[in-house]
This record gives sequence, structure tokens and C-alpha cells, in this order.
Amino acid sequence: MTTEYALEARGLGRKFGAFWAVKDVDLKVRRGSIHAMIGPNGAGKTTCFNLLTKTLQPSTGSIILNGEDISRLRTSDVATQGMARSFQISATFTQMTALENVRVALQAGKGTAYRFWRPLGSIAHLNTRAMELLENVGLQDSAGVAASDLSYGKKRALEIATTLALDPQVMLLDEPTAGMGHEDIEPITELIRKVSVGRTVLIVEHNLSVVSSLSDRITVLQAGQILTEGNYAEVSSDERVIAAYMGGVEDAL
Amino acid sequence: MRIALVLLGVAIALALPFFVYPILLMTILCFVIFASSFNLLLGYVGLLCFGQAMFLGLSAYIAGYLLKTTGVSIEIAILAAALVSALLGGFVGFVAVRRTGIQFAMITFAFAQFVYFMLLQSEFTGGEDGMQGIPRSDLFGVVDISDSRTFYYFVLAMTALAIFAIYRVIHSPFGEILKAIRDNEARVESLGFRPERFKIIAMMISAGIAGFAGALKATVFQFATLTDVSWTVSGEVILMTLLGGMGTFTGPMVGAAAIIFLNDELAQFGEWALIAQGVILILVILFLRRGVVGEAGALWRRMRNRNKG
Repeated sequence: MTTEYALEARGLGRKFGAFWAVKDVDLKVRRGSIHAMIGPNGAGKTTCFNLLTKTLQPSTGSIILNGEDISRLRTSDVATQGMARSFQISATFTQMTALENVRVALQAGKGTAYRFWRPLGSIAHLNTRAMELLENVGLQDSAGVAASDLSYGKKRALEIATTLALDPQVMLLDEPTAGMGHEDIEPITELIRKVSVGRTVLIVEHNLSVVSSLSDRITVLQAGQILTEGNYAEVSSDERVIAAYMGGVEDAL
Repeated sequence: MRIALVLLGVAIALALPFFVYPILLMTILCFVIFASSFNLLLGYVGLLCFGQAMFLGLSAYIAGYLLKTTGVSIEIAILAAALVSALLGGFVGFVAVRRTGIQFAMITFAFAQFVYFMLLQSEFTGGEDGMQGIPRSDLFGVVDISDSRTFYYFVLAMTALAIFAIYRVIHSPFGEILKAIRDNEARVESLGFRPERFKIIAMMISAGIAGFAGALKATVFQFATLTDVSWTVSGEVILMTLLGGMGTFTGPMVGAAAIIFLNDELAQFGEWALIAQGVILILVILFLRRGVVGEAGALWRRMRNRNKG
């Protein structure tokens, strides 16, 4: 079953004490598109992201994935429903090699993960696929390197390879270029473009130049609510958006 | 190279009872298993169980009780005790695994104290006096192994079995998920796994093996006491693991052997044994953060890389 929108949020809100971090967010992510969510610091981007991935429970509203309400599912179930996420701080398994990192994800949803009495050779057939995924992100030469010994850019690439191992229909990327130098941003942007083919991607991003070249549609958040939505040209010329970003990161525009 | 080392180790283990007091050797072996079971949780799942002694002690009593009151052969008694211990581990895990760090440690500690008082109050344990006169019944009901040196070879074989089981778990598809949970639990969850299930199973395996060690220990000493359930033993196993190197496979074994040997050597000096333990712990934390085996491994890798480069 294919719906026009892969991911939808309806009236999504989250309250911390008396403070609404996110309020009345209606979001529609068109299937096959790259959709960006931007906003100044404290706009509620990360809260929104955590709500969509079910890391946080919403106070109000619902989340619809492929036409099905996932508002009540747990984090791990969301992944098995075809939506995978990345993390802002690169989330790798530091003491394991790049190949092992990807192989963990390849075991997801398979009974093999519980087989504590079987030797590792019993999942050797996953190595081929793991290598393909590493090649896909340019890490074929680092397969045997512990994740903690990889450079920052390579860690992000490894994380993307691990996410792709789930073969998700919908990918949620949390500030994929956060903390990166210029030399790393370009390759990661290219990589995201490459792996998003045939998938739906929602990116939460601070860096507007990344968003401008990647996304089909942009939602701007401010103070926990949607300020406006449109393509890059529309959004970047919107005076309210410019005002919202003033004093913060105006140079990024 | 590795095979040669293993063969050398086996040869030494076989010859040792002719030179060293067998009871001391068997104590070391029991704690080698016990420390390795603890390290399975701390080193490979990242769970600090501050109540590992409850599995050791409870199993000692259960195995002792079975051997004293029923005619079961020794291996049945040990396996049954280990099984009960695994079930207890599963129950503790079910309650505790949603918590991490200090909270997890405190919940397991509370359970261990509870088990301690249960055993103290129970009729069958002999309370403060402990359980005396546990027989070493025949292996498989037919083989007499009650002589100390023969019994040593039985304990040695059991130790090899337990260590192999732990090795198997660590180097399994399941073990990879455990290591991933240790490194980044939230990420494992986001990939579609239920980390708490893996942690509960790991708790069961660890508790089962710790119980196996406890039951074995009861047959070695032929008595079971409350000391085995006490929180000092739960603390001592942490010391053994840190001394040898947590998260290394052989580290806890080396640590266990060193601590038991030292305790034995220093027993004549009373409190000095404890003071020596304290000093060792401080030195290891200050200078050998990865433990003896961990640091040796790191040194070995550095030298190898230098020779290569």
C-alpha cells in the first residue's frame, strides 16, 4: 500500500512541565522526497525529531507512517516498520569494527540475534552485504578498523551505512553535518543525495547551505510551531524566516 | 603461537596439583569461572551487577542440599543449582535491566541482600553455622572422584566447560548485539532491537554460570556458608575483574587467580590481606586502567604496529 505521504504528523505537540517545546505541528512528507526541517536554536527541531522517532512520547497529536498510526509504538518497533533514524552525535559501536557495526544492523529483525550458542561463522553470510554497504559509503578500506579509530566524517558515513542496512523506506537524519568541517560537509551531502534515491528522507538541519542544495521542501520551525513551509526560494525570501534567523546564524542564509 | 600457549597452559594445569595444594587450586578455578561470569555482564554488556554473590551463594546451598538429602550424582546437583541460579538471574534482570549505571547496581545489590537474609533465616541452610558435610557423590553415579587430586581434575574439566560456554556466548551473533548495547544502547534500539530482552538473557547466562561456580565451590569445600552470599564477595569479584582487565576474555581469570592466591598467602597476616587488596586496587586504577591483561594486550598491539610500520 502506498500513500502519497510517507510520513505525517497531525497536531503533534509535546509539553515539558508548563512549556510547550513543540505545539500543533502538522507535517506532511511526500513519498520519495527529501524534506528538511530548519529553525533557529531552540525552535524545537530536535524535540520534533525525537517525537517522530518515538524516542519521546507526544503529549498531543498523532504520527502516521505509510498510512498507519505509529503514535503508540515503541522506538524499536518504528525501525521494523520501515523508518530508521540517525543521531546528531555520531552513533557508532565504538569498540567494534566498521564491518561489525553494519552487521549488527543486518541482524535486525532476524532470529539470529538471539543465538548465543552459535559461532560467529553462522552469520558470515551477512559479511558480503555488509561490505557492499560499506563500499556504498566509501568505507571499503576501513572494514576492519574499530569505529573509535575512524575520522569524524567516516564515523558519519559508517552511521549512514548502518542505517541503510535496515533498507528503510523512510530515513530521518538528525543534523547530519553537525560539528563537521567544510571539507567533510560536501561529501556527506553528496552521500545523502545518493542514498536517498528511492527513499523518503526527513532532515533536521542547522546548516542552510546543505538544505538548499538537497531538499525538495522545507519546513521552518520557530518557538515550537511551524512558521512557514515551501521550497528553498520561497522560504529563504520569507521575511519572517529571515527575522527568525537574525542574530542567530544570519551568515548561514 | 596461540595453540602452543593453550597447550602449555593445559600442561601446567594438569601438573599443578602435584606442586600446589589442590584445594587452593580448586578455589582459584571456581573464582575464575565466577569472575568470568561477572565480566560477561560488565565487560560485554556494560552492566555492573553489584550482587553477583547471590548467584554464587544460593547455588552453593542448593547443590549442597541436593547432595546431602537426595542421592543424585554430583553433575546433576551442580547443573540443577546453576539452573535455579539462572532463573533467579532472569527474575532480577526482568526487574533491573530497564535501569542502568548506579541504579542497576543498587537494584542488584538490594536483591543480593534479600537473598542473603532469606538464606540466613532459612532452616535448611544452617543459618550462621552454614551447611556442613556436603558429600562429593559419584560422577554420573558411578565414578568415584572424592579424592582431592582426582577431584581437582573434575573441577578443571568443569572450569574448561564453563569458560568455553562464556567464550561461545561472547563470540556469537547474540554476543555481537551485547557488545553493541554496551557501546550504544539507544542506537541498538533505534535499529529495531529490544535491548532489555538481550540484557535479561545475558543476566540469565551470567547468573547460571556464577551459580555453576558456586555449586562447584560447595563440593570443593564440602560446606556452604553465608560468606559466599555476602556483599564483600560481590565487591571482590569487581576487584578481580578490574585487576585483570574488564572486557578482556582472560583478564578476570588472571585477576581471580591473583586475588585468591594473595588472600591465601596473606591470610596469616589477618587484616593485611584487605589492606593489600586496597593498595592493589588503587595501583591498578591509577596505573593500569585497562587491567593487567588489558594493558599487556595494548602493549603487544603497539609493539606489533611499530614493527609493521
